[in-house]
Amino acid sequence: MQEYRLEEYPGLNLYIALNKIREEQDSSLQFDFVCRAGICGSCAMVINGRPGLACKTLVSTLSRTITLTPLPVFKLVGDLSVDTGTWFREMAERAGSWVHTDKEFDPEAEEERMSNEKAIEIFELERCIECGCCIASCGTANMREDFMGAAGLNRIARFMIDPRDQRDGADFFEVVGSDDGAFGCMGLMACDDLCPKDLPLQAQLSRVRRAMAKAAFAPKKKVAF
Amino acid sequence: MVETIITDVLVVGAGLAGERAAIEASSYGHDVIMLSLVPPRRSHSAAAQGGMQASFGNSAKGLGDNPDIHFADTVKGSDWGADQDRVRLFCDLAPVAARQMAHWGIPWNRVVAGKKQLPKDGSWIEDSKENEGLITARDFGGVAKWRCCYTSDGTGHTLLYTMDNVVVQLGIKMHDRIEAISLIYDDGTCYGVVARNLRNGEIRVYLAKSTIIATGGAGRLYGMMSTNAVISEGMGQALCLDTGIVPLGNMEAVQFHPTGLAHVSILMTEGARGDGGYLLDKNLHRFMPEYEPKKAELASRDVVSRRMVEHMRKGLGIEEAGDHFLWLDVRHLGKEHLETNLRDVTEMARDFVGVDPVKELVPVRPTQHYTMGGIRTNIDGAASGLKGLYACGEASCWDMHGFNRLGGNSVAETVVAGMIVGRKVAEHLEGYEVSYPTHVIRDAVARQEDRINRLVKCSDGKENCYEVSAAMSEILEKRVHIFRQGPELEKAVSELQEVYARALKIGLRSNGVGVDPELAQALKIPGLVRMALCVAYGALKRTESRGSHYREDFPSRDDKNWLKRTLARWPEGAELPELKYGKIVITESQPGDRGYGESARKD
Ligand SMILES: Cc1cc2nc3c(=O)[nH]c(=O)nc-3n(C[C@H](O)[C@H](O)[C@H](O)COP(=O)(O)OP(=O)(O)OC[C@H]3O[C@@H](n4cnc5c(N)ncnc54)[C@H](O)[C@@H]3O)c2cc1C
Ligand code: SF4
Ligand code: SF4
Ligand code: FES
Repeated sequence: MQEYRLEEYPGLNLYIALNKIREEQDSSLQFDFVCRAGICGSCAMVINGRPGLACKTLVSTLSRTITLTPLPVFKLVGDLSVDTGTWFREMAERAGSWVHTDKEFDPEAEEERMSNEKAIEIFELERCIECGCCIASCGTANMREDFMGAAGLNRIARFMIDPRDQRDGADFFEVVGSDDGAFGCMGLMACDDLCPKDLPLQAQLSRVRRAMAKAAFAPKKKVAF
Repeated sequence: MVETIITDVLVVGAGLAGERAAIEASSYGHDVIMLSLVPPRRSHSAAAQGGMQASFGNSAKGLGDNPDIHFADTVKGSDWGADQDRVRLFCDLAPVAARQMAHWGIPWNRVVAGKKQLPKDGSWIEDSKENEGLITARDFGGVAKWRCCYTSDGTGHTLLYTMDNVVVQLGIKMHDRIEAISLIYDDGTCYGVVARNLRNGEIRVYLAKSTIIATGGAGRLYGMMSTNAVISEGMGQALCLDTGIVPLGNMEAVQFHPTGLAHVSILMTEGARGDGGYLLDKNLHRFMPEYEPKKAELASRDVVSRRMVEHMRKGLGIEEAGDHFLWLDVRHLGKEHLETNLRDVTEMARDFVGVDPVKELVPVRPTQHYTMGGIRTNIDGAASGLKGLYACGEASCWDMHGFNRLGGNSVAETVVAGMIVGRKVAEHLEGYEVSYPTHVIRDAVARQEDRINRLVKCSDGKENCYEVSAAMSEILEKRVHIFRQGPELEKAVSELQEVYARALKIGLRSNGVGVDPELAQALKIPGLVRMALCVAYGALKRTESRGSHYREDFPSRDDKNWLKRTLARWPEGAELPELKYGKIVITESQPGDRGYGESARKD
């Protein structure tokens, strides 16, 4: 553990603080910031024991001594920097994180209609910024390398409610009907408490679990289990 | 020999423009690799809040809209600095591109039938049953019709996530945490890039038949006083400038957004004014209607920004904690609207300056926001000067924005231009073979290794790279801003030349081993200062006012002498860019009055 001292002033957040340390005290220090506005998900780290976004954490809200450690679960790049990119790409591949449809895009045709409520419902789940806080705080993810985590299950829920996606219960069961998916979750809800975007994760976890239970008892096609 | 990776198409940059181009090239069956500094979904495109312009005409206030009106708005917005053949192509294709995004899964907000009262002025509008469920739109600055398609205020985020889903679906290879540090080229052809692996510091080579630069804007030339992400430094443009062959177009055309959050420069979307927000001064007086009776807060960005600074110069701004600002008032839009449609804005004001927009006024000031200039290309996206080199998105000067980009036209450009450029690249590759000259590659790598060695050993000096880059930004922020003047610009140029001399003497304090973030920064600085000089020198030479480029000593547009595009090259060993000028393509619309901004002009 390295130690740095820094003078605090009103409005100082961890983004500014860490850059000051790098520029003035330790030019080799590694960390990741991109948007510095709480929307890109780059800067998650464990701040005094709690995963959170560094750029929107004001130093004034923390204790005098601040302990920062990299997110667990993800592969360490160095210091406070972890490889969330690879993890989330693999999750997207496994989850089939795209609209599965056999319809071709027709550039001449009017768009398919959708109700605005439906659009907003999808948007709500699409708001995940892949920061990894829910994964880092999840007991299952810390034990089980292939667990999709709340972000992964939320992604599945996002496509389940999308009328454009033609996958049915059995198709989703193949993806999440195991201990690495819906059945690995212990339901303690650390993820829900910590999501910086306030995603309704608890509701999505139960949505996916319910759908999987249904699919398990009434499989439309033969599923590999 | 360093690790060498060969592909058909190399896309440098995985924001919206790069990903859209990669998808297109890949769908023609070409092998595509993408490079990005960060995981693709963290690219700056994700930060776009407001929306994407596409002329559907589905919403009540958009009825009758079409590509012709979109064209007129865009050309007028550009102050006739845009290439009209591209604007036409863009306006015709924008609705197709937006629909394709819907097909791919973006949850565009949709038309809801019925009457509604606008918070802005209390007037009533009615959306028809007939259009219910089609893609809707909101108002944005500088437009005749409501044309800005959106997903609440996370449009860039949903566009980028949707786009990256398709990238994953197609299995396009993504090499993130890789930074391109120079182009490999010889005898008029580009062969790829030398790159540095940001996971371990190793150098590698990417060779490709076509290289597409889609590295985004260069806002961070202005340092902390920019709405852009910290990685929006303009590296792709700098690499092209370094060749001495490829020109950068109109680098003096820099957009300042009216509403950057004071103290932190984070953007408060134009949607806040589009949805009915006002600007107030220190006496809580709404001042914009006096300057711009017709469009008030929604005149084009350059105009609103200038009016704000003008008003602050009259002593009517607020000065506090080292910043100078005005108020954005959105309280009348109501808690529900603010917490749903303008949720990011509301959260950011709360999180970053501790202000609750539901009850309080938000401190804002004009802030660097968009780089209209960039790598000059033809209508197919091919860069001038090097075969096999292309550019699209904010990094390019394809040039549909001229001297002022309209809100919502930029993400629309990334998607449309990405599609066109990807297709042109794919067509160009049909039956195209290339052999890679090994000595050229070896020399390109050796040059970068030598630079790194010299930085580590402090062979050229011990200048601190962070101090040099801060000095550069300070000069731009102080002297090459919204209002510009000859003597100030001259000072800026000579001061930047001094900074450039320092930039060539940078030495590391760290040891250059492994990732070393200081080394990554040090490698960029000379290129960035060269770009800053293109901005300042281009601004000095352009003795007229056009769009965002406003010269107090030359306050009028001068079509006789300046209806042309600045093209900046940096010959090897030069101390200043070499400026030439190129033609602007005018096909449909002769330069005329913008109809806003000029209304209350004093001259
Ligand atoms: C806060 C904000 C809000 C905005 N809102 C809107 C809006 O509402 N509507 C609108 O139309 N426009 C908006 N814009 C503008 C718009 O978002 C951008 O112009 C657009 O997204 C740029 O996309 P891009 O693909 O060109 O570049 P980016 O999304 O910036 O992507 C650049 C990519 O290049 C990579 N890269 C950079 N350098 C290198 C290198 N050397 N080697 C390898 N990779 C590299 C990066 O990792 C990244 O993947 C907004 C801009 C800002 C700053
Ligand atoms: S509720 Fe499930 S997903 Fe969330 S932290 Fe607990 S185990 Fe992990
Ligand atoms: S669900 Fe929330 S905590 Fe998890 S990755 Fe997404 S934004 Fe972060
Ligand atoms: S830097 Fe983007 S969320 Fe913190």
